[in-house]
Amino acid sequence: MSPKNKFVLFNPLAKNNPITVQMLGVCSALAVTSKLEPSIVMSISVIAVLGLSNVVISLLRNTIPGRIRIIVQLVVVAALVTIVNEVLKAFAYDVSKQLSVFIGLIITNCIVMGRLEAFALGNKPWPAFLDGVGNGLGYGIILVIVGFFRELLGSGTLFGFQVIPDKFYEWGYENNGLMILPPMALIVVACIIWVQRSRDKELQEKN
Amino acid sequence: MQEYLSVFVSSIFIENMIFAYFLGMCSYLAVSKNVKTAMGLGIAVAFVLTVTLPINYLLENYVLKAGALSWLGDQFDSINLSFLSFIIFIAVIASMVQLIEMVMEKFMPALYNSLGIFLPLIAVNCAIMGGSLFMQQKDFANVGFATVYGLGSGIGWLLAIIGIAAIREKLQYSDIPKPLKGLGMAFILTALMGFGFMSFSGIKI
Amino acid sequence: MNKDSNVYTIIYASVMVVLVALLLAFTSESLRPMQAKNEAVDKMRQILTSVNVESTNANAEELYNQLIVDAFLVNSNGDKVDGNAFDTELVNELRKPVAERSYPVFVANIDGSMKYILSLRGAGLWGPLWGFISLDDDKETIYGASFGHEGETPGLGAEIDKPAFAHEFTGKKIFNAEGQYTSVAVVKPGQVAQGRDYVDGISGGTITSQGVDAMLYSSLEAYEPFLTNE
Repeated sequence: MSPKNKFVLFNPLAKNNPITVQMLGVCSALAVTSKLEPSIVMSISVIAVLGLSNVVISLLRNTIPGRIRIIVQLVVVAALVTIVNEVLKAFAYDVSKQLSVFIGLIITNCIVMGRLEAFALGNKPWPAFLDGVGNGLGYGIILVIVGFFRELLGSGTLFGFQVIPDKFYEWGYENNGLMILPPMALIVVACIIWVQRSRDKELQEKN
Repeated sequence: MQEYLSVFVSSIFIENMIFAYFLGMCSYLAVSKNVKTAMGLGIAVAFVLTVTLPINYLLENYVLKAGALSWLGDQFDSINLSFLSFIIFIAVIASMVQLIEMVMEKFMPALYNSLGIFLPLIAVNCAIMGGSLFMQQKDFANVGFATVYGLGSGIGWLLAIIGIAAIREKLQYSDIPKPLKGLGMAFILTALMGFGFMSFSGIKI
Repeated sequence: MNKDSNVYTIIYASVMVVLVALLLAFTSESLRPMQAKNEAVDKMRQILTSVNVESTNANAEELYNQLIVDAFLVNSNGDKVDGNAFDTELVNELRKPVAERSYPVFVANIDGSMKYILSLRGAGLWGPLWGFISLDDDKETIYGASFGHEGETPGLGAEIDKPAFAHEFTGKKIFNAEGQYTSVAVVKPGQVAQGRDYVDGISGGTITSQGVDAMLYSSLEAYEPFLTNE
């Protein structure tokens, strides 16, 4: 893999993370992170949709009429998301029930449209694919971190299995019910941003 | 009447698009640095939600849903086009946004000048698509509920973005840890406002 | 060819729409049998849970066929009517006028005794609630229950789908000593309901608990003619 492609793939993981730095795709992400498993399925779905839609748009980039560009992109993304949704319903029914409308919301996930506009329209399919996967991974990492902490602290489980020993509960440890409530997802993301930006001063905002 | 009011109030306060579902966060974070622009975007979102929800409701119930085409005749009873719903919804939203943009430009140039720049942003605002998807999930009894739900969700979104913009304007003068400036603080504020809005849950009219 | 001409744009759009529609129709058609099976298995598991039988996705169908010996529909007068009970969704029936409704009843054979499983539907804080409740063959004592919800608050209202809550119902009666229909009340933990059996609701999930209470009352009331018949 050439250094340039490597950069395209790995840069979005931290330095140019879609959620904490580019400020994209927060929408559909946070409501599904109260457990680890749906966070992971959601991440995989987004990686698949991002990678594939970037490739399709990149292949079509020289044929798309300028006036209906946005609609063409939306239709391609919506078609891919529909397929992901149908596949989940057929092979991972329980998770698809948990994710409910949030799969459909990948269509309007700003990361997808953002990457199509910013990268796929001007690049060849292979780099476009890497860019999609990279950004999807960057998004996924945040989701998984948030899901990990919320499930561990909120329910004392991971993937539904109890990991905090019964002894702890006997000593007076309690699950933090607050972690399961939706707004805590934002606080956890804010903490991730805090850590990331204290280590990387360049990312700090001026005002 | 009472039921309409209940849907309206709960879509504004209890099931607030931002504070309960975090929908439309991208434009919410990007355009909330001052109150005036936030207000513009908020009104545009509320407007588009109110217009697209009834249209999508009618499409969902008379074209897309399993058995929805039965008004054409008994032989269409078994057709289920629900796999097309994502595409149809987003197409309706995108074309409505385009249409509204053109109508506004022609007949209300003043309003267009103040809202126009936000309109293209709205097609990909999760709150709008989310409105349609929740409408599909909630299975409202008639198109009136869908419209009221759209209007309520829109107003809820408007309230949220004005609220955060007002706070962020004031924040410029406060001493925040450097790494939290901007995005980090906006997240924390939204979370705190979300906790506040949670106290509305349980209210039933 | 000029990419911005009207003709090109229109042709491009039409070709794309046709291609995408074909692709989606194909995917959806080829996956539909599996999806339908998943939905059926999910429903079977809920029904089995209501008679306190644990199942997995793999063995649900087998257990269901083994234990559920009969399924039929009853109308609002408690008489049996024709139709497929398993495919009848209460939510669709509730939209019809009362006289045209038919309610599904499943009969399970648990170690030789008959249990009647009835379908429930109501509304919680955030969205619909549903469930199944099973009665002993005296048609008044609750044998088991299972509840489902769409999006109740995790950790609070959402606890209704846990066995701990459903198990509270076992042994309660839905008719009082005089034989009048009372349903089973769901009360705030620590409180009592006069003149009827009750269970503790979820603390912190008051509206959801009230939703379960209302769901039980209205859904079981619809079955009352069937339960008091014969």
